[in-house]
Amino acid sequence: MKKVSRRSLLKAGLAGGVAAGLAGRPASARATASFGGYPESMGVLVDLTRCIGCRSCEAACNAEQHLPEPDLPFDDTSVFEEKRRTTERAYTVVNRYETPAAEHPLYRKIQCNHCNEPACLSSCFVNAYRKTPEGAVIYDPTVCVGCRTCMVACPFYVPAYAYSSATNPVIKKCIFCYDTRLRYGRPPACVEACPQEALTFGRRQDLIKMGHERIRNHPGRYVDHIYGETEVGGTAWMYLSSVPFDQVGFDTDLGTAPIISYVKEFLTIVPMVLTIWPALFVGFHLLATRKENARDKEKKS
Amino acid sequence: MKKARKIPLSGLAAVLSLGLMALAGGQAVGFDAPEEVTLDQMADLYEPVEFDHAAHIELTEENCAVCHHHTTGETPVQARCLHCHATPQPAESVACADCHPQNRYAASYLRAMTAAPYRYHTDIVGLKGAYHRLCLACHQEEGAPTGCQECHARTERGDRRFHAGAYAPAQRPQAAHH
Repeated sequence: MKKVSRRSLLKAGLAGGVAAGLAGRPASARATASFGGYPESMGVLVDLTRCIGCRSCEAACNAEQHLPEPDLPFDDTSVFEEKRRTTERAYTVVNRYETPAAEHPLYRKIQCNHCNEPACLSSCFVNAYRKTPEGAVIYDPTVCVGCRTCMVACPFYVPAYAYSSATNPVIKKCIFCYDTRLRYGRPPACVEACPQEALTFGRRQDLIKMGHERIRNHPGRYVDHIYGETEVGGTAWMYLSSVPFDQVGFDTDLGTAPIISYVKEFLTIVPMVLTIWPALFVGFHLLATRKENARDKEKKS
Repeated sequence: MKKARKIPLSGLAAVLSLGLMALAGGQAVGFDAPEEVTLDQMADLYEPVEFDHAAHIELTEENCAVCHHHTTGETPVQARCLHCHATPQPAESVACADCHPQNRYAASYLRAMTAAPYRYHTDIVGLKGAYHRLCLACHQEEGAPTGCQECHARTERGDRRFHAGAYAPAQRPQAAHH
């Protein structure tokens, strides 16, 4: 009998595992590039040309989500002196940008963009995240183990961490007011509070058309792009701007592929490795030790 | 904001109830127009605004179209509107609220906006948005007040919402660098 080396055994195991994993799946399933999002997903179109930096959205979010008291009142504009990020105490923040292209400062609201194919969801190994058909990316804090992988995975640096909690530190982020509003067909609190209607709530598909119509109807007002229409596979929250997006804090190098597409091939192998390899190697082990076992039995008898 | 219109200080001639302003076609400006309009859409957080309609009629030099678009029968000020409304007829209603819905995001409204295949105006701002966008744009251009509370003082509930006034956070040491 041919001698089985450790190296060849591993090679055979890997090849067998991959073959077994691919055999059962139709070619079309493997070729599927992206999910593309739920067709009835709701969304919000944020129009930077309309925002006046009143921070009503921040105040509304604080009240709706029962967040802790802010350091400064919500009508204090001194917060604009620095660029803020979302935190466990503020799921949305507005930043001010002085740009060479615009006479007036521009304001940009940040919150979870509720990706069609969320990187946070892909990265979460306890499946705490869920993308709802309404478009919200929600999470179950009781499942969250606080590993913070989603913070690393998110291309928009949105999930924040409850560093203040010593006993149960979990991820905190905007949930599109899913529990209290979105699931009942109502817009999130920030949208309802916006005096300028800088935030427009609607079906994502309709908002994309609306955004392009605004660009077409107001020549010279907008950059001809809706940020979030295609970025990282599309997001439920999208933006219109009068200046190039990189001048108002947007990452314009994210590409159009969902983050999961970078790891999909690897991730499809993970369950195979976990399920097939143990069985396979146990089999190999039994085969390899069969003679020994037989010999042992002979000795005993 | 593009300055398609160059006008003196103007504001929004806001009419909340149709009954306030049963305007007959082609009649001289200001006849049946209300002197004052109470804007109380956000009365939970802000005190109602007594909008001085008469003063704004003067400020716009009796050009109703500055705020009412084509509905009063005057030529709209935005070039884009002229494609269809170059020679407008007075509309049945000139009240803001009759075109700009108070509940802009009601599911039924969203559906109605997109269900009709040939509908052009599918991106109508809600009532609150219409007020603020029109009022503020002019107030900014003309140097009129633009601070939130310069037009409507916050109520106690509003102060609580904004953590301001009597509800302002106690100064914390770590907030000192702001």
